[in-house]
Amino acid sequence: MTALAAPETENGWLESRQDGDHLLVRLGGSLTTRHVGAVDARLRALDVANAPRLEINLNALTGLDTAGAWLVHRTRELARKGGGEVRLTGATASQLALIGVIAGHARPCPPAPPPASSLLRLVANLGVATIGLGAIARDLVSFLGQTVVALGKAVLAPRRVRLTPLLYHMEEVGLNAVPIVGLLSFLIGIVLAYQGADQLARFGAEIFTVNLVGVGVLREMGVLLTAIIVAGRTGSAFAAQIGTMKVNEEVDAMGTMGLDPMEFLVLPRVLALLLTLPLLGFFADIMGLAGGAVMTGLALDISLSQYIRQLQTAVPLSALWVGLIKAPVFAFVIGLVGCFEGLKVDGSAASVGRHTTRAVVGSIFLVIVLDALFSVLFSIIGF
Amino acid sequence: MAKPAPVIIVTGLRTQFGRQVIHDGLDFSVRRGEVMGIVGGSGSGKSVLLRTMVGLIKPSGGNISVLGRDIGSVRGEKRAQIQQRMGMLFQDGALFSSLTVAQNIQLPLKEHGRISGALLVELTDVKIGIVGLPLDAANKYPSQLSGGMRKRAGLARALALDPEILFLDEPTAGLDPIGAAQFDELIGELRRALGLSVVMVTHDLDSLASICDRIAVLVDKRVIVGTMDSLMHHKNEWVHAYFHGPRARAAKLGGQSAKSNAPARVAE
Repeated sequence: MTALAAPETENGWLESRQDGDHLLVRLGGSLTTRHVGAVDARLRALDVANAPRLEINLNALTGLDTAGAWLVHRTRELARKGGGEVRLTGATASQLALIGVIAGHARPCPPAPPPASSLLRLVANLGVATIGLGAIARDLVSFLGQTVVALGKAVLAPRRVRLTPLLYHMEEVGLNAVPIVGLLSFLIGIVLAYQGADQLARFGAEIFTVNLVGVGVLREMGVLLTAIIVAGRTGSAFAAQIGTMKVNEEVDAMGTMGLDPMEFLVLPRVLALLLTLPLLGFFADIMGLAGGAVMTGLALDISLSQYIRQLQTAVPLSALWVGLIKAPVFAFVIGLVGCFEGLKVDGSAASVGRHTTRAVVGSIFLVIVLDALFSVLFSIIGF
Repeated sequence: MAKPAPVIIVTGLRTQFGRQVIHDGLDFSVRRGEVMGIVGGSGSGKSVLLRTMVGLIKPSGGNISVLGRDIGSVRGEKRAQIQQRMGMLFQDGALFSSLTVAQNIQLPLKEHGRISGALLVELTDVKIGIVGLPLDAANKYPSQLSGGMRKRAGLARALALDPEILFLDEPTAGLDPIGAAQFDELIGELRRALGLSVVMVTHDLDSLASICDRIAVLVDKRVIVGTMDSLMHHKNEWVHAYFHGPRARAAKLGGQSAKSNAPARVAE
């Protein structure tokens, strides 16, 4: 035992002497994991397989661990396979025991399979990704169906909607998002006004900056920006909350108690978003217009009353409705994707992170695609 | 039996989180070559003690000397050197999920052992063989292994650099009785063959009886250390209940002889 645990002050060394057909290999110093590198190289260089008589002497060893024991064992086996006679001398009982243990367990593992060629991998990955995307699309549509059914049940029997979780989520999703949504919309109003002022001033049409801000914020930016913030803030939270519950088997526990996760987890979240996102969108519109007012006031000397009068004449009320009508649709999509990804979590902590990311990316993607579709639709019906 | 020098000396150890005191004035040592079990009720700070001993948690007071150095205060290169002389097996193996079993074992060998090429592969095979993993486990990822195999793979990684001290956090938890008995045997065999000192947190009375030389019991923020026999007759109420409870009797600790008509352990 003491020999094994000796301080590793000395590197391992090797000495070999050929004496007729007798090859003597003396190993000394510390043959431990950190010190065997040089000895290993020299042992490999020795032609032990063709030595008729090999003697391995361990007299001068000050330390031996599994790495050193493996070297001794490997050398011995190599010589034996070559048909030579091998003797191990100068080993203490504990060293022999260790070498014995290594000998008892030494079996080569199969080599790692070679990686497939990169072109093949590319094609294979493309195929896997395509099939995966198709499966997600199919599952999402089926989840959409389940959610609509749950919503329908809630409409038919409003008592099934639990008020406490609904209010809790409305606070989390709506009220707590007010500062960030307000600030960002205000800044977007400023940016729109500044860019508009810069360009329109060249034609002496500064006053139309107000039209640009009004139409831009009300029709597009207000609600779209809100939806993107909420997708990042709430879609991820939904996925992470439900995903963590999946990992803790809480969702399974609900199942055993006969509680429907759609009704308990998905419905309050989606409803909360449906109710609060339009309100947030309206708030974002107001803040965006306020940002525009500040910037046009500072950059173009347009007074507040001028600004409001110009808004009234240039921007029809329909611009507001065109923007806000999209809000519930975005809300539904964000809630749907967030809850869907949360329920897709499969038990490991790593998959919570993966699905949370996918919830955010997926819901922002769908929000922007839907926004583009709305634009096309509105232009066709001339709204 | 002569008492070999201690590899770990804990003196006046105090651990607290915020206002909650976990340990208050622990004094004990772990001798070279022994297997010490740490037991205690839920929340008594067994895992915390283990984590403090390997230097993952800084003690609030007192010190822990591991292999002659104060683990709480060494930093940098010296700390890394000490750390390489200890191996830790976490409860579920804590294998790196993005690497195969073989790569998990090779990581410390490459980083600290400066071993490469053919020898690296050979030593990996040796470690995998020693812990009794099937050969084809080498190229599998941790998620493809069963709980027992993950523990064995974690043990192989902990043993990669041939440490002098091995720390085990509940090595048999979550294993079936057959697997648990095999794991106990494995620890005993490795300790004999490699001259390891082992510190293990466990709830498993069978493990305590079969492989632990001494046992540290955490009760009321203090520690009581002794052999199984001496603890059997300890006056502390909790210690008595622990070693004389129905489960202790099932594990044949409670003064019953091995000849009793209780069924023999699977491993025997």
